[in-house]
Amino acid sequence: MVESVFPKRTSIGRRRFVTGAAALSCGAAMSPALARKAATESTLSAELPESASSFLLNVEKIPVRVGEQHAKGVGINGSVPAPTLRWREGDTVEIQVRNHLHEDTSIHWHGIRLPADMDGVPGLSFAGIPAGEAFTYRFPVRQSGTYWYHSHSGGQEQAGLYGALVIDPARRPAYTADRDYVVLLSDWTDADPMDIVSNLKFDGDYYNFRQRTVGTFLHDIRKDGLMASVRDRLAWGGMNMAPTDISDVSGIIYTYLMNGRSPEKGWTGLFRPGERIRLRFINAASMTLFDVRIPGLTMQVVSADGNDVEPVPVDEFRIAPAETYDVIVQPTVDQPYTIFVQSEDRTGYARGTLATQEDVLGPIPPMDPRPLRTMTDMGMGDMKGMSMGGEHKSDPMARMDMSSHEKAAEQDTAAHHPAAMHDMDMSDMPGMDMNDMSEGHMDMPGMSMHHAMSHQDSQKPQNKVSVMPQPESHLVSLQTGVEVQSLAPQPKNRLGEAGDGLDGNGRRCLRYTDLRALKRGIDPREPSREIELHLTGNMERFIWGFNGKKFSEAEPIRLALGERVRFVLINDTMMEHPIHLHGLWSELENGQGTFQPYKHTVNVKPGERLSYLVSADTPGLWAYHCHLLYHMDTGMFRTVVVS
Amino acid sequence: MIAASWSLSAHAAPMNRTMAVPYVKGIMPVMDQRVYVHALLDQFEARYSGAGGQFRYDGQAWFGSDYNKLWLKSEGTVGTDGRFGDGDHEILYDRSISRYFDVQSGVRLDIDHGPTRAWGAIGLQGLVLYFFDAEATFYFSDRGVAGRLTGSYDIFITNRLILQPQAELNFYSNSDPARGVGRGLSDIDTGLRLRYEWHRKIAPYIGITYSNMFDKSMFFRENNGKNNSGVNFTFGIRSWF
Ligand SMILES: [Cu+2]
Repeated sequence: MVESVFPKRTSIGRRRFVTGAAALSCGAAMSPALARKAATESTLSAELPESASSFLLNVEKIPVRVGEQHAKGVGINGSVPAPTLRWREGDTVEIQVRNHLHEDTSIHWHGIRLPADMDGVPGLSFAGIPAGEAFTYRFPVRQSGTYWYHSHSGGQEQAGLYGALVIDPARRPAYTADRDYVVLLSDWTDADPMDIVSNLKFDGDYYNFRQRTVGTFLHDIRKDGLMASVRDRLAWGGMNMAPTDISDVSGIIYTYLMNGRSPEKGWTGLFRPGERIRLRFINAASMTLFDVRIPGLTMQVVSADGNDVEPVPVDEFRIAPAETYDVIVQPTVDQPYTIFVQSEDRTGYARGTLATQEDVLGPIPPMDPRPLRTMTDMGMGDMKGMSMGGEHKSDPMARMDMSSHEKAAEQDTAAHHPAAMHDMDMSDMPGMDMNDMSEGHMDMPGMSMHHAMSHQDSQKPQNKVSVMPQPESHLVSLQTGVEVQSLAPQPKNRLGEAGDGLDGNGRRCLRYTDLRALKRGIDPREPSREIELHLTGNMERFIWGFNGKKFSEAEPIRLALGERVRFVLINDTMMEHPIHLHGLWSELENGQGTFQPYKHTVNVKPGERLSYLVSADTPGLWAYHCHLLYHMDTGMFRTVVVS
Repeated sequence: MIAASWSLSAHAAPMNRTMAVPYVKGIMPVMDQRVYVHALLDQFEARYSGAGGQFRYDGQAWFGSDYNKLWLKSEGTVGTDGRFGDGDHEILYDRSISRYFDVQSGVRLDIDHGPTRAWGAIGLQGLVLYFFDAEATFYFSDRGVAGRLTGSYDIFITNRLILQPQAELNFYSNSDPARGVGRGLSDIDTGLRLRYEWHRKIAPYIGITYSNMFDKSMFFRENNGKNNSGVNFTFGIRSWF
């Protein structure tokens, strides 16, 4: 069923990105060995190309065969995903992008600190690249690490226009490895991105075939009793929400890819026992959060969003769209190891194999039970018995052994697992009446900032530095309405949680509080002001936004050049939102004091309140948005003006 | 959606305040004011009983943005005699007013085999809590006032097999013998349909429907010879795009 993601065309110049004389007559020449390899390879390798400073990228339509149909993707130089680019810190890179499409295109360098007019977002200091025209990006590279690049035009990112970006440090790398692989994760669909958003506007559950049914209700009654089950159904129904809302777009149409390879085929990385292998995970998916593990191996997380962190040994980590994590593994046994990457909603997976020889596939472990949302995700704060912890494994129904994600999506009965809110008496909860929250959550009991602070105390960050300094009080007042389906009455700090479906699964899962930068932050100033943004939306209408407004209805966020501000994000929705700020670093306030990690994308859990610091050191217009493509597209976007 | 495309939409009407930002060539980085077009044919069915048969359809279509839409509704029946009855067609302006509800206002035209009538219409349509779909519309003309309540609920037997109870009730302040309409609760149309969504957009169904006319309505209709009241075995297809 699955063929290569890549076309059969063999012209080197078109198939592979070309550096040097052949195409541009400038910059580093491609080595003969690499050129020969490119000519014979039928797929894009995740091995790193040689670093270079000048590139020619041809954006074009490319036939792609992943699903049933012969679909068209948007790729570069004959490749979907786009080729891996490798730069050197300290170089000035020059990338000519030629647009062979019949529509505008753009390339955005995700996570790269550069002049605003090189950032590649149409409308913001750059007009986009019209059909048939070219644009040359030129800027100095002032950072190193794992990043990626993608289109910022319409649905092109969904259609395949994304690729890995690896930057070698100018000095010795903090962590060395014997092998170095990119592991680029993505979600492919034959469907037209435009149809997807239209379908979601009609029916927010369009791609969710795992809603609770009469069958799961009967199951719950047997397990938890009639009254508890009825109470649970009434609690969710009374909000017109469902705990089964994990992903807006699911494995029902997505095939999850690793380095462009479908799960049937898988990607293979070679090793010799005892070697240290660096795996550069990039989530280039449009709508999918992934949970990554390599059964049998401990992963040392050494870098987050391109920035080195103190090694964190984990068995599993969640990676939201647009995030990157580098891990180092050291397999000592001569056996295949599976890199197993489940979608958060467990409707499918991507996989690869670390093997000692080609053409060996590792075993596929059973999929984990899918998570269900809880009242914590509804912003009800900490509730007794709310933890999802441990319950997953106790439910044999939930243990699915799926050979294909389509089968997974169809399995209503197997899909069920116990809701964590069963034994909860909803009537005890302050602010529980979501039916009429029109007075705005700020008036609700337990809503003060001090309350939120008290939750943080229980998070026990690794050191004793206060997670968030006392914020000034200038609260955004919000009401439910067309664009605001729900408000979190008691948002809490969830940086110490790994995320829905991970906490308490018996494995060591990465938490944001674990991330401790290797180097001290460069801007020790206290923030001079605070910008509070609620992440809001209405899943029924599929409208998303900040502070109850879509992009087109809102003022830009204005920062003074040089100022240091704190962004406070409060997630009023029951979905995760990976929030990405272009051009500037987001210094996550995760309790690590002066060693807080720099990130470009911060995943905000449902019902969560978190904050990060931003030094507005580069002028221009910057994009600020949720990196779930269809959330951004339907309004979760702001322009940040630094002047 | 047909009207907009990713690239086309970049040139749609710019919105208010964000224009204060000097976007290059006026290009908006995100187009969140696109127009969407959808149509739902909720009932498209044949009804059989011992007394005879009937074909019925009930559909809606709309196009517009998140807040403002043009909304069309149409329903009607065709009896074995080939006569088009209960024809009700509405053209409404739809405005989103709350999380789950829209206000709709416009005109209703009763156009079928009988005499044509025109009404002004104003109503609410949306999702009541517990995922209960409801419409309540108030009609007015020089012939008096009328009202309609409709509701339905989806019970998920499985994620694809869905049982849907549904009801529509019509009220009139005045009788209209020519159209077979009686004063008060004029008629009711209910159904219990079991549909299978083998594709989200195409779902065949079977069901039992019950319709009845009350008091004078019954008398008028019987005189007109097009009464199909009672319990019917029903099958049809629900679809949308
Ligand atoms: Cu989002």
